Amino acid sequence: MTINGLVQIVLFFGVLLALVKPLGWYMARVHEGKPCGLDRVLGPAERSLYRLCGVCSHEEMTWKTYAVAMLLFNVFGLLALYLLQRIQGLLPLNPQAFGAVAPDLAFNTAASFTTNTNWQAYGGESTMSYLTQMMGLTVQNFVSTATGMAILVAFIRGLARRSSQTIGNFWVDLVRSTLYILLPLAMIVALLLVGQGAVQTFDDYKTARVVQPVQYEKPVTDGNGQPSLDEQGKPKTEPATAHHQILAVGPAASQVAIKHLGTNGGGFFNANAAHPFESPTPFTDFLLILAETLLAAALTYTFGVMVGDTRQGWTILAAMLAVLLVFVLGGYLAESAGNPRIATLGVDHAPSSVQPGGNMEGKEARFGIARTAIFAAATTATSTGAVDSMHDSFTPLGGLVSLFLMQFGEVILGGVGSGLYGMLVFAIIAVFIAGLMVGRTPEYLGKKIEPYEMKMASLLILIMPIVVLGLTAVATVTTAGTASILNPGPHGLSEILYAYTSQGNNNGSAFGGLNANTVFYNTTGGLAMLASRFWLAVLTLALAGALARKKLTPAGPGTLPTHTPLFVVLLIGVVLLVGGLTFVPALALGPIVEHLLMMG
Amino acid sequence: MKDQLRPALSMLIVLTVLTGLIYPLAVTGLAQLFFPEQANGSLIVQDGKVFGSKLIGQHFDEPKYFWGRPSATAPFPYNAAASGGSNLGPTNPVLIDAVKARVAALRIVDPDNDLPIPVDLVTASGSGLDPHISPAAASYQAKRVACARSLNENSVLALVSMHTEERQFGVLGEPRVNVLELNLALDELQDAVVSPDRSRP
Repeated sequence: MTINGLVQIVLFFGVLLALVKPLGWYMARVHEGKPCGLDRVLGPAERSLYRLCGVCSHEEMTWKTYAVAMLLFNVFGLLALYLLQRIQGLLPLNPQAFGAVAPDLAFNTAASFTTNTNWQAYGGESTMSYLTQMMGLTVQNFVSTATGMAILVAFIRGLARRSSQTIGNFWVDLVRSTLYILLPLAMIVALLLVGQGAVQTFDDYKTARVVQPVQYEKPVTDGNGQPSLDEQGKPKTEPATAHHQILAVGPAASQVAIKHLGTNGGGFFNANAAHPFESPTPFTDFLLILAETLLAAALTYTFGVMVGDTRQGWTILAAMLAVLLVFVLGGYLAESAGNPRIATLGVDHAPSSVQPGGNMEGKEARFGIARTAIFAAATTATSTGAVDSMHDSFTPLGGLVSLFLMQFGEVILGGVGSGLYGMLVFAIIAVFIAGLMVGRTPEYLGKKIEPYEMKMASLLILIMPIVVLGLTAVATVTTAGTASILNPGPHGLSEILYAYTSQGNNNGSAFGGLNANTVFYNTTGGLAMLASRFWLAVLTLALAGALARKKLTPAGPGTLPTHTPLFVVLLIGVVLLVGGLTFVPALALGPIVEHLLMMG
Repeated sequence: MKDQLRPALSMLIVLTVLTGLIYPLAVTGLAQLFFPEQANGSLIVQDGKVFGSKLIGQHFDEPKYFWGRPSATAPFPYNAAASGGSNLGPTNPVLIDAVKARVAALRIVDPDNDLPIPVDLVTASGSGLDPHISPAAASYQAKRVACARSLNENSVLALVSMHTEERQFGVLGEPRVNVLELNLALDELQDAVVSPDRSRP
């Protein structure tokens, strides 16, 4: 750990906190349908959009209609994205002439991007045409985020309204999120990225003549483009010399901006935000971390405004940021300590003013350890899943930070919208547990929490562990699952656990050594992503509908105040307890055993 | 449900045009207008030929050049059409062997140097395209490069410090040296030293 590293951590939290109130206030204006400034310019566009799509913007929806609209929109989105990948070879804006994406991979990718997961079993620059990246992937980056935000504001309306049958209009929430919040912010972030060096062009990939030609072993392929094998079954190679470097470029910055703002995380290039054309400087790294935490954090303030008590929002945010800070510091400590097995080989890994030191495998020199640790924690605490380093090469405890943050159910900031509605479910469970202790009917924000609400809340927190641990178990006992492992020993288990944790929580980051582009992983992972996103979304809307119908119960002497430091502690306790009890056994067998082996 | 079919389909089409076509085109237009060099890949062009990008590293293993971060891209290092890291875990013997081999390779070309090697010089970067090394990794190599080029070590070190970038805004990231730019500058310096009449009018 260095002083500079700590300063970088403080700087991130400081800037984030400073932006929460203004942006949260603005988003509340947008979602309450009040003048927000931009509506003067974009209002006519918004209204003609509704006319074009046959939407009556004043019509309110019951939770069932809201859920149907949300599901239909996402099913069409899923199908469109699948189709686009399958026919990209026939379409324009495909300078590298990529063919159709294989069916299982196309399904996985379509599920991944519509669910705001952005798990990638492919390398962007070697698989997807510019057209697919723009009109398929970028689009879902926007609308999956807007969907999450819409479900959240519907849920907040459920808490805020009394004796109401309706919770808003999905189309209005979707359009207003996209038009007034996501698009303007994405424009700003994209241009800042390009100014620093991120690429944004429709040109073909560039060819450069390298300064020193590279001697290498070139894999030999047969007539069908398949690798030829020698007598021992190993791929045959022949010596070759590369005189040129092909530089993959493309319309990257526009997609990178929204992939972070929307907690999506799917890289334009395979190396994601480690790629210098996505994130060329330490400032862009800072900007991307800020972008991926910004909306999730500011929405807590929006929530406070919409329920008429901003202290409620700050309480939730305090719980989220307290956990995040601890994990950032933990990850930073683990990665600064470095890899003891490398230190013995005559290598200097002590951090100093002239070198980052620590565990640099899989990390970029311009970012060093501190930036990488903040990024890794922020990308897994939010459901972003973009990476500026290869998580598979982290120290065992550094990797555990990312795994555990996802296993809380993506509620430590979490996804845009989904993180906060997940955390509010935990708040309901927290008041329920507190109510049990004193024997009173629990209530949250004046709404009585009764058996139906508790059933929904319990289902909401149980689905994810069942999906994640169930699929991990299946993968570890089948050849189809274990054949994809890259790293031996307990790390192999961590790779599988990470894959399903990431997909089952709609995160999208990976222990990339695992070969995830197989029919087995593409299919099971795709189903996990769909189940986690939409099952939870529908239950959340059902809960919103039930809460909206309730009358307001005035706070009495026995009501637990939910805006106090005590409630922050209670809420953190519930989140840690549920996540901890569920996943600690699996973590013990993976990263913790590996840590003991590495130190031993 | 039927009532929502038309909005669902038309919303998807309209939002696809808005966010998938108009938005990226607008960003591209503004980017090409204000930042044409960056938007097209920050290319290093000399005499009309492209020698690479300032932001993308290249592979060097001759003693007369500074070496960059090891790169795990396939089939050859620094393949900028297939970025990625090694993904090797910290306890994987393959990683330990790879580091051993890199240490050995650096020792062979620089047998008198028994200083510990800065860790970023023997571990693969995340992108496989990292253009930078730490200032420590550059100074470690300065003597070898100077010897191989029959240059004064101090003039090489001076060149290194000219190509050292400090933390951005004094705070963000790490100090770093751009390897490709440094090596191009070295070639230029040596041309001037070896054949001084070339630089004369």
